[in-house]
Amino acid sequence: MMVQRGMEIAENRPFSNAKLGVLILLGAETMLFAGLIGAFLVYRMGNVTWPPLSHADIQLPRLVTGINTGLLIISGFTMFQALRTIQLDKVKYLRYYLLFTGALGLLFLVIQGSEWIQLIGKGLTLQSGVYGATFYVLIGCHAVHVLGAVVWLAIVICMSWAGRFSSVNHTGVETCTIYWIYVVALWPILYFLVYFA
Amino acid sequence: MQENDNKSHEHDNDEGHDAAHEDHDAVEHTPEHNGDDHDTHAHHHEEGFIRKYIFSLDHKMIGKQFLIYGLIMLFLGGGLAMLFRWQLAYPEVPALEGQEERGRGAKPLPIIGVSDEFQETGEPKTWADRYWMNVFESEETEWTEEFIPGGVMTGSFYNMLFTMHATIMVFFVVVPILVGAFGNFLIPLMIGTRDMAFPVLNMLSFWLAVLAAGVMVSGFFVPGGHASAGWTGYAPLSVDPTWTGVGWGMNLWAISLLIQGFSSLVGSINYITTIINMRAPGMTFFRLPLVIWALFIVAILLLLAFPVLSSALALLIFDRLAGTTFFSATPTGGGDPLLWQHLFWFFGHPEVYILILPGMGIASELIPVFSRKPIFGYRSMVYAMIAIAFLGWIVWGHHMFQSGMRPGMGAFFMTTTMLIAVPSAIKTFNWLGTMFRGSIRFTTPMLHAIAFVSMFVIGGLSGIYMANTPVDIAIHDTYFIVAHIHYVVFGGSLFAIFGGIIFWFPKMYGRYMNDTLCKIHFWLTFIAFNCTFFPMHILGIGLHRRRIDNPMLTEHLHGFEGMNIFISMSAFTLGAVQLILAFNFFWSIYKGKVAEKNPWHVTTLEWEAPTPVPHGNFVQIPTVYRGPYEYSVPGEESDWIPQAQPEHAPASAGD
Repeated sequence: MMVQRGMEIAENRPFSNAKLGVLILLGAETMLFAGLIGAFLVYRMGNVTWPPLSHADIQLPRLVTGINTGLLIISGFTMFQALRTIQLDKVKYLRYYLLFTGALGLLFLVIQGSEWIQLIGKGLTLQSGVYGATFYVLIGCHAVHVLGAVVWLAIVICMSWAGRFSSVNHTGVETCTIYWIYVVALWPILYFLVYFA
Repeated sequence: MQENDNKSHEHDNDEGHDAAHEDHDAVEHTPEHNGDDHDTHAHHHEEGFIRKYIFSLDHKMIGKQFLIYGLIMLFLGGGLAMLFRWQLAYPEVPALEGQEERGRGAKPLPIIGVSDEFQETGEPKTWADRYWMNVFESEETEWTEEFIPGGVMTGSFYNMLFTMHATIMVFFVVVPILVGAFGNFLIPLMIGTRDMAFPVLNMLSFWLAVLAAGVMVSGFFVPGGHASAGWTGYAPLSVDPTWTGVGWGMNLWAISLLIQGFSSLVGSINYITTIINMRAPGMTFFRLPLVIWALFIVAILLLLAFPVLSSALALLIFDRLAGTTFFSATPTGGGDPLLWQHLFWFFGHPEVYILILPGMGIASELIPVFSRKPIFGYRSMVYAMIAIAFLGWIVWGHHMFQSGMRPGMGAFFMTTTMLIAVPSAIKTFNWLGTMFRGSIRFTTPMLHAIAFVSMFVIGGLSGIYMANTPVDIAIHDTYFIVAHIHYVVFGGSLFAIFGGIIFWFPKMYGRYMNDTLCKIHFWLTFIAFNCTFFPMHILGIGLHRRRIDNPMLTEHLHGFEGMNIFISMSAFTLGAVQLILAFNFFWSIYKGKVAEKNPWHVTTLEWEAPTPVPHGNFVQIPTVYRGPYEYSVPGEESDWIPQAQPEHAPASAGD
């Protein structure tokens, strides 16, 4: 019946449905961020100084966020390692890598959150003109994506504990890895745009 | 036959289950729940009512759900149009003596059955007079008192009507029917597979669309009325309730479109994956029927365009609810109202092609079938659609000539817009080339397809006028633009929808629609449509802007009053005629003549499936040996060769 099933679908399938679906989803995510980044650039170009004079005293925490960026990039590598280990059928290491990745993702979110609290304390809020608004919306939109990726990863971790993955069967890890690495790769772009523009 | 199908299919499932097991486990937890395993749901073969008709996973049922959803919304959106045409035919006129107390010193709207004296003086004479006076002025019917006081529509009510007419027609009628209904029904059948790649996502897509429609309709019932900033929601009108007086209506509008964005996102992921990964053996890309090509390209457009609107809508919601100033240029905030227009039209122009490309695809199916000839220039049709889709991304500025832009930019957008005429003309001439010297059968679907082509030509030609920056600056916001959009979206998309419904109805419901009623509906629609929208070109060239303020106050528009009344009368006819279609549609589902398997002698795969199509579609997945349009092949006995018929001679396979 394997043969029958194979015949029922197109002969050339470089990607499984699930993997293809996630890749297509990334196209839509890219356009969502393109819209937001486009809006950011319009505001940036419309102002001679950035932050605008009305918020000249605001300093974004470049150093802490830079370290945070490093953490996120490391999490991208560990996620990739998780995929490599399951391809080699090392189920035990898969769990460690996944847990480590998830912890890094959570740490990233916690540091971002504490930065936000400090910034709000300094008077940078959603209502502080387009400077504050674009900051919170762009960075917040990315944070929501990281959160979504962490939740997705948590499910994958539970599945790995239940022994659902093997070297031939790990589509779940693979799709989650694609999404995770996308979210990681997006961040440096946003970091340089928002913090250094 | 039916029992046989079920048996063989269940058999498939039982054995297929193990084979599918590996995929099933791996993907179960991901949002794309169903992964590779499109067979699993088929285990619920004896489904209850709810699984079968409401939360169905079957692509055919979801397609029919989208169709009925779209038709219901069509009547809502059309009803709104009837209301404002009613007002436009009889605009505010200079007050007669003694009428100042009636609202804005205007004449109330004429109503059938009301006496002339009541119209003249406002004194009720007959029971009908008293009834309508009661409706418009009593305390109990609050909405008429608020929106149509004394029988005269307020400006804000009029704004709400045309805003919601366009919003509903674009987002809740044409896209759900063309993409949701035809996409779901046709894609698996025409590419030869048992279901969509992700059936659960498919169901989610439909129910998100229903949720979006619910949120959108609920906007009519909140204080302040529904969104009134136009379907384009231009800032600052949409940003600040001060300008339109609309509070939660506008918020609900934005939230509803966000939900609709999620619906089309999951839908398009599903379509693209299905078309790439699930084609039957032998079904290469260049053997796909053109409607599948159109839906494939449209799914890519939807996937990439809608998120841009979502980002703009998110910013708009922040502006309205969180006190940001993205789209309002306050001294401290520093926002930019023009940014909304850029973001909106960057989505909006691809959206225009989302509305028309599936219609082109449907016409490309119907015309070869009823001309008994292969489509003329199959590959050029595909490349033309790709070219249209690509050009659609770089022309959005032509909606904004009047908003102010550098003349150089205007020239760029003008040129790229005019370039679209080239692939559109290729398609048009290919349709004509297909019909040329064919043995044309004037069935009702064919009539609709011919109407599609001819109306699309008129709409396309008027599009070239307004692509010119100087011409557009003159005719901006006039009825010329209204005529253009309706020739493309009503004359184009809706005629294709009608033709497609009648054509595939035997496959959908196993019965024919009543042909006499179909023909009456077609001719009345065709005539009333042209009577409604053709005069609008003349109004537009006469610089009649679309607005509620009495145009007759301006001397150069005096000659147009009769034409306005004529347009409204034709519009009412057009609206009423659609009831024939609605009746015919629902009546034929239960009482229509039972259809055979392939009544129109079509070559494509959907007609290989038994009628009515069982769960799992095909008795056995067909193998494809040839292109989709092998009609009247020289030297063949039959004038059509199904795609699944094996080659017995080295004939060209169309690819």
